[in-house]
Amino acid sequence: MITYLLKRLVMLVPLLVGISLVTFTVIHLAPGEPVEMQTSLNPKISAAARERMREFYGLDKPLYVQYLSWLKRMAKLDFGRSFAPDGRPVIEKIRERIPVTLSLNVISLVLEMGLAIPIGVLAAVRRNSRLDRAITVFVFLGFAVPTFWLALLLMYLFGVQLGWLPVSGLHSLGSDRLGLLAWSWDLAKHLLLPVSIATFGSLAGMSRYMRATMLEVLNQDYITTARAKGLSERVVIWRHAFRNALLPLITLLGFSLPGLIGGSVIFETIFAIPGMGQLFYQGVMGRDYPLVMGILVIGAGLTLIGNLLADVGYALADPRIRHGRG
Amino acid sequence: MPGRWFAALLFCCILAGCNGDKPQERRISRSSGPPAYGDAIVVGSIGEPSTLIPLLATDSASFDIAGLVYNGLVRYDKNLKLEGDLARSWDVSPDGLTITFHLRRGVKWQDGVEFTSRDVLYTYRVTIDPKTPTAYSGDFKQVKTAEAPDPYTFRVTYARPFAPALASWGNAILPAHLLEGKDITKSDLSRHPVGTGPYRFKEWVPGQKLVLESYHDYYEGRPYIDRYVYRIIPDSSTMYMELKAGSLDRMGLTPVQYARQTTSREFLDRFNKFRYPASGYTFLGYNLRNPLFSDRRVRQALTSAIDKKEIVQGVLLGMGQVARGPYKPGTWAYDPHIHDFDYDPARAVRLLAEAGWQRNGDGIMEKNGRPFQFTILTNQGNDQRLRTAQIIQWRLKQIGIDVKIRVVEWASFLKNFVDTGNFEALVLGWTISPDPDLYDVWDSSKTGPKELNFVGFKNSEVDRLIAEGRTTFDQGKRRRCYWRIQEILAKEQPYTFLYVPDELPVVSARFHGIRPAPAGIDYNFIRWYVPKEGQLYQ
Repeated sequence: MITYLLKRLVMLVPLLVGISLVTFTVIHLAPGEPVEMQTSLNPKISAAARERMREFYGLDKPLYVQYLSWLKRMAKLDFGRSFAPDGRPVIEKIRERIPVTLSLNVISLVLEMGLAIPIGVLAAVRRNSRLDRAITVFVFLGFAVPTFWLALLLMYLFGVQLGWLPVSGLHSLGSDRLGLLAWSWDLAKHLLLPVSIATFGSLAGMSRYMRATMLEVLNQDYITTARAKGLSERVVIWRHAFRNALLPLITLLGFSLPGLIGGSVIFETIFAIPGMGQLFYQGVMGRDYPLVMGILVIGAGLTLIGNLLADVGYALADPRIRHGRG
Repeated sequence: MPGRWFAALLFCCILAGCNGDKPQERRISRSSGPPAYGDAIVVGSIGEPSTLIPLLATDSASFDIAGLVYNGLVRYDKNLKLEGDLARSWDVSPDGLTITFHLRRGVKWQDGVEFTSRDVLYTYRVTIDPKTPTAYSGDFKQVKTAEAPDPYTFRVTYARPFAPALASWGNAILPAHLLEGKDITKSDLSRHPVGTGPYRFKEWVPGQKLVLESYHDYYEGRPYIDRYVYRIIPDSSTMYMELKAGSLDRMGLTPVQYARQTTSREFLDRFNKFRYPASGYTFLGYNLRNPLFSDRRVRQALTSAIDKKEIVQGVLLGMGQVARGPYKPGTWAYDPHIHDFDYDPARAVRLLAEAGWQRNGDGIMEKNGRPFQFTILTNQGNDQRLRTAQIIQWRLKQIGIDVKIRVVEWASFLKNFVDTGNFEALVLGWTISPDPDLYDVWDSSKTGPKELNFVGFKNSEVDRLIAEGRTTFDQGKRRRCYWRIQEILAKEQPYTFLYVPDELPVVSARFHGIRPAPAGIDYNFIRWYVPKEGQLYQ
């Protein structure tokens, strides 16, 4: 098991380098350069000034030289400085955004799991009942309704008409002078709308998946055996069926790891939440290469690690897999 | 059952959405009273500043903040005339080559150090330093020598008289004592600026807000409003809801919001709306290198076939005015008597016939069997420009011209089309700077790749007039040059100048002392106040 793990970990390095090479090339192939984005169509800027700025960012060198110097810095875990006019270290920009996105996504994910799993099980157990159909309609409604539209409606209702909740942002003005409890309450009020809308929108996938695996398990012979043994329906479903149906969810969870640091641009824009989605979008629009590369590399790393964790988790949970690889 | 609960909720909220305006509980008092210190103003912004060292910034959000923290040597007053700021006064030598600035005494940086000519000299030097990645070295490069003979005098000499030079000294002056000998690109001042201006930096919560506090030792006196909170709200509908919910005091409205969504009695009770021409215009530019547009009569015909008033109505809901040239109506360089080609489709057809274009049996404009068709290019993300292009498309179709519209993402719009001259016509906008110099956009030396005269306009008389206008400080002489240029542009129609939109700011009614002027409303921000009993924040 240990050697297997080590082997997998070592394999990650060439994979990451490959991914970074592809992304580096693609982002440089996109028309426009950071300097142009900042200076184009501005009468006050001379061609010489533009050239000086290109030199400053090292954009005058051939692409492979730029890539190699980037790679050299990355080897020392130095993400470099942003090409935006503030020139701040990329890692600093990412660091100040990650907590918000991460906590929002973790809360949403926990809520999503907490709701989607029981919903899925319920729908499977009472397959084709009226309840099952109602659930289907409900989760697909969440899936189909454009989040931004729902968000705007709810913001208008609770923020403007009723005045119960703040419209957007994370903190009220002057919240820094509040005590810890009041401050948390203020934050919770701000998070209520975005978190519930995000959860509502993502219920469909997880709950349908849960329903399908649960149905599959419920048709197995050992469930029939358990029922024949005279076990109560509750024990049959939660002890025998549910645990086996949970297995595939581990894979899903592994896949959702990189998603935890990625945010939705539209969502963050509407709620004025300073998260990773906005940062990445601004980076791409401004052709801020170091920032874009930094976020992509972290995302790629997390994806690979997520896959690895899913495999390991699977092996731990399912003896057949564990022993098969032994 | 969460499902039922949620469906009920959704239903309620749709109902509420149809409910229209409901009177707000929170009422803002319009109470009048004497000017008083205190309160805060919360301003909404779509973008976040990039850096608070204005020398390195190119975005408007950065300048919103920097404008309150820093001063230049000169500035534009409420009538868009240059006046002294950190410079008490200035003299221009009779040959127009030397400008001597007499600096204000007793001005203090916000950290207590005195402001002197050393700061000005430093700002000049760091701007032209090749290691500084700044966009603003162009005008300063014209300077031959710069010297600071004593702490309160600063003198620059130019190789040739250069009228836009004076305005370039409106750039923010940076604190030499904090920056000298350091790498400006890594300076902490980009996040914690120290200036001489009316507001000092307090905090910046990335992605959320910036807070400034009034600077009590400001040389023009302590500003009335104690705090300036700049909230970053990237979506304009969200911003509008925040305004209605009472958590924003100021934002810029869109024409639809101004004309349709902010007209209720309740809204007008709580907010004051303002409206004045913005400093910019939108145009339809023709690629003059393209044989299709090389004939002046064709361009005149196209302008005659476009109803500019209808575009102002349709795109801006009337919140703007028709543009006839590159200047803002009402400023000294603007020629109010300009002869323009008003909407007249019959004249358009006549002019096209003179140029050899005839309508064939299907009503399509043709010349030697080739139909008149071209593509209007515009950038993605600007609805007003797209709608403008659509109205033009519809109007030109009526005289048998087939127009296609192509919308391209900004970066590739510039790189693949504008910079390379690879376009037929485009809808774009220019900012109108208070100094009327037209060199960069209209001089024939600026037609190269990546330069701003991308339509390729070449006219020797215009070149001569531009040169004359920028080498004299005499406003009367300059005006004559620019009026003549407007006449030529109106005849040549290298662009169809379309409209100058209106700026539509809205400010909470609790703020008093706002006096709209040609420069807008912000020029006297430090004199805005909230009477004691109307103050909302402590």
